[in-house]
Amino acid sequence: MKFAYYPGCSLHATAREYDLSTRAVCDRLGIELKELPDWNCCGATSAHSTNHFLSTALPARNLAIADEMGLEVAVPCAACYQRLRMAQNDLARDPVLREKMEAVTGRPYKEEGVRVKSLLELLAGQGEALKSRVVRPLDGLKVACYYGCLLLRPPAVSFDDPEHPSSMDGLLEICGAEPIDWGYKTECCGASLSLTDEDVVLKLTRDILAVALGAGAECLVVACPLCHSNLDGRQGHVNKKFGTGFQLPVLYFTQVLGLAMGARPEELGMNIHFVSTDKVFKKCCPENTPRKR
Amino acid sequence: MPRIGVFVCWCGSNIGGVLDCPKLAEEAAKMPGVVYAADYKYMCSEPGQNLIIDAVRTHGLDRVVVASCSPRLHEETFRKALARAGLNPFLCEMANLREHCSWVHAAEPEKAQAKALDLLRRAVAKAALLQPLTVSPLPVTKRCLVIGGGIAGIQVALDVADAGQEVVLVEREPTIGGNMTRLDKTFPTLDCSACISTPKMAAAASHPNIKLYTYAEVASVTGYIGNFKVTIRQKPRYVDHDKCTGCGTCWEKCPKKVASEYNLGLGQRKAIYIAFPQAVPNKPVIDAANCMRFQTGRCGICAKVCPTGAVNYEERESTFTEDVGAIVLATGYKLFDWERAYGEYGYGKYPDVITGLQFERLVNAAGPTGGKILRPSDQREPKSVVFVKCVGSRDAAKGREYCSRVCCMYTAKHAHQVLEKIPGSQAYIFYMDVRTAGKGYEEFYQRTLNDGAVYIRGRVSKIFQNGDKLIVRGADTLLGRPVEIEADMVVLATAMEPAAGAADLARLVGVTGDKDGFFQEAHPKLRPVETHTGGVFLAGACQGPKDIPDTVAQAGGAASKVIGLLSRSELETNPMIASVNEVLCSGCLLCLPACPYKALEAKTITERQPGHPPRERVVAGVNSGLCQGCGACNVACRSGAIEVKGYTNQQLLAEVDAICQ
Repeated sequence: MKFAYYPGCSLHATAREYDLSTRAVCDRLGIELKELPDWNCCGATSAHSTNHFLSTALPARNLAIADEMGLEVAVPCAACYQRLRMAQNDLARDPVLREKMEAVTGRPYKEEGVRVKSLLELLAGQGEALKSRVVRPLDGLKVACYYGCLLLRPPAVSFDDPEHPSSMDGLLEICGAEPIDWGYKTECCGASLSLTDEDVVLKLTRDILAVALGAGAECLVVACPLCHSNLDGRQGHVNKKFGTGFQLPVLYFTQVLGLAMGARPEELGMNIHFVSTDKVFKKCCPENTPRKR
Repeated sequence: MPRIGVFVCWCGSNIGGVLDCPKLAEEAAKMPGVVYAADYKYMCSEPGQNLIIDAVRTHGLDRVVVASCSPRLHEETFRKALARAGLNPFLCEMANLREHCSWVHAAEPEKAQAKALDLLRRAVAKAALLQPLTVSPLPVTKRCLVIGGGIAGIQVALDVADAGQEVVLVEREPTIGGNMTRLDKTFPTLDCSACISTPKMAAAASHPNIKLYTYAEVASVTGYIGNFKVTIRQKPRYVDHDKCTGCGTCWEKCPKKVASEYNLGLGQRKAIYIAFPQAVPNKPVIDAANCMRFQTGRCGICAKVCPTGAVNYEERESTFTEDVGAIVLATGYKLFDWERAYGEYGYGKYPDVITGLQFERLVNAAGPTGGKILRPSDQREPKSVVFVKCVGSRDAAKGREYCSRVCCMYTAKHAHQVLEKIPGSQAYIFYMDVRTAGKGYEEFYQRTLNDGAVYIRGRVSKIFQNGDKLIVRGADTLLGRPVEIEADMVVLATAMEPAAGAADLARLVGVTGDKDGFFQEAHPKLRPVETHTGGVFLAGACQGPKDIPDTVAQAGGAASKVIGLLSRSELETNPMIASVNEVLCSGCLLCLPACPYKALEAKTITERQPGHPPRERVVAGVNSGLCQGCGACNVACRSGAIEVKGYTNQQLLAEVDAICQ
């Protein structure tokens, strides 16, 4: 199985461990990832709130490159996925936008466009293959699957139920983990306000951590680099501001999958988190604790 | 050459304020065939009608064009005036200068004047080709069928029966009474629903003029106004109700328990059961799908314990036919299936998120908790109850566009009951608007406010379980900020929808549904209980969401229409119906499926042509009792053999030519 791979900016920078673990997992499942040559920004951040056309043209160029490769695209980042799918959605409905976009990108728009898959959607379809490759079951590790606000919205481009998603829960169950039922699966972490209004972000992040912990979670599992940077990177700020003592590991779902398939923690980037992931690792592999960075 | 008279009405300033009526009359006088034209302030008034009658006599008119309002309003008036003048009433043609012109084009009087002239020219062109039509008599079967035994159907049945006419009342559930018997107290007077509905149920069952079929469905309807033939399918009860005394031994001893539909899953019933203690008839049926005797072949306890030997496992479905002259649809409503649409409220997976109707069962003394408000999950008394209005109503994205009309009031009642029955409790109501149009309704709402209910204007975006609490998150749009409430129980005011199977019944009886599936009344204001199908009437929530007072009022209206119809010894048919030119008809019968009223049928004629022996041939025939003159067959007919009298091809083409001149 071969997919075009669109990592987006995060996976080359702040979410390097998402990239590492994605490659590790796909490698073990026999999925070949071929990174899009000369890809550009997906338009998620400033473009989509300031310039609708730019936020369509940027992903449209990426889509056209993928189309030339003749492969389906796998997209790990929730924001990238949403931009690529929304661009397809908007272009399919608006012939004028289509014409303008073709003029700007210099590439033709095809009605039967390239198929874009979220990495979660892609791996959720590999349940059987995963089952046979689990060598280190996670032994009832209580995980809170956190899909975030963006991955499944709007419903028009969603691959799972936008209100009660279950694709990640199903995958982690195969790994032997025990996904808990909790109410914050699709709440917002405040990512889009990260740089402009930290107070809001800290409150939202605190709420998510508190509810997950209250529901008995031993770790949070995410599928979005922005969620991860808030929940993992800002846990210290939250503790300082609210006087809390959170030490809740926040993992990418690909890291959990990788662990279950026997990957070394360093291979999955588990040693570069802000909040130590030792707890999780010890649980499934008590004899070997990862090195600190 | 016809002698046409044109009469232009001012309708006060409605038409006269926009159009130059004397000028229109002047122009009309020049049109071909017109020998007289006049204008007048109010043509429908007594002097206006006399103006027409005098002109017919003085000028020897044989066709009349009235240019005034919609024919829906006054066509009948002017036809009668023609009859008084000695003309065939169907030689009258109307031009609608009010609804089609002056009202909608008031801002552009010059263009309106030109359009009015076009409309007049059209009417004159058609009038020249009008032919006299005659009505024929139809007999009337003096019996009425009522479909649905809820409060609407019961009220219709009682009213018609009290007037001395026979009624056949058909209910598909084992008991009559419908949704109203599920309710506890009713707003705004807080009288007990069972106390006011069960006596009516008993009265209907024992009325000498009412023949009751329960656990039965209407299987087919044929015929037409005054002469319907109805087939009723009696589902097997497996209990002979002639022998059964309703002693209750069988359902006490029955070992099989299943969730009670009557209690909306909040309680249990046996496999042999009566829905509730005051059910009518007060005799049980066996639910074969859940009965061990039927499913495994073992058990048979009910037959063993029955003292009268009434249980009969061999009973089969049976059918009955009834002749009736009128049909009343009173099939009521069901609640919107919120569990399918509202993921943000948990898709029904949180046991303490219930519907308003389930709350009625909880608070009802005859309900599964004996009238104590207890949470379904742990049978604890909730201290904090959140009510969410408009779940599925006024929500085009997820539910229905319309307002369900009753939810504001029953939610106010529920909040009142929570605050009254549970000391120290708190009731929160999320609302979009509070709509209390009804006698004593606003006063009741104010009373609930004074009780201490907290009304929060905004939608609930999410409900989720946190421990044993439900977290309700929403917006307070008056304060402009998000709110979050920890609740013990959440009650959803879900939308009212047409009852299950309403669309099938509409097809069976030959009536139309509106965009939401409610049965369509003939006119939203002036004919609210009639349908477009002659002899078929509507009562209650099957026509649109309604509370009990409105339902009972409409049922009374439907009953009076039925009594009026059945009091006549014969009816006059509408002459403006389809007619088949048998010479042109090829017998292809493509018109049959086009007819929504099942008014066309194949018939065999014997054709004689000079030089040929007589031969038999199939052609289409029109049942004049069923045909409503809609013209669908006219369009479907490939050989142009079918025409609607009063709307012939020739007449319509003359109108088109006149307009396009």
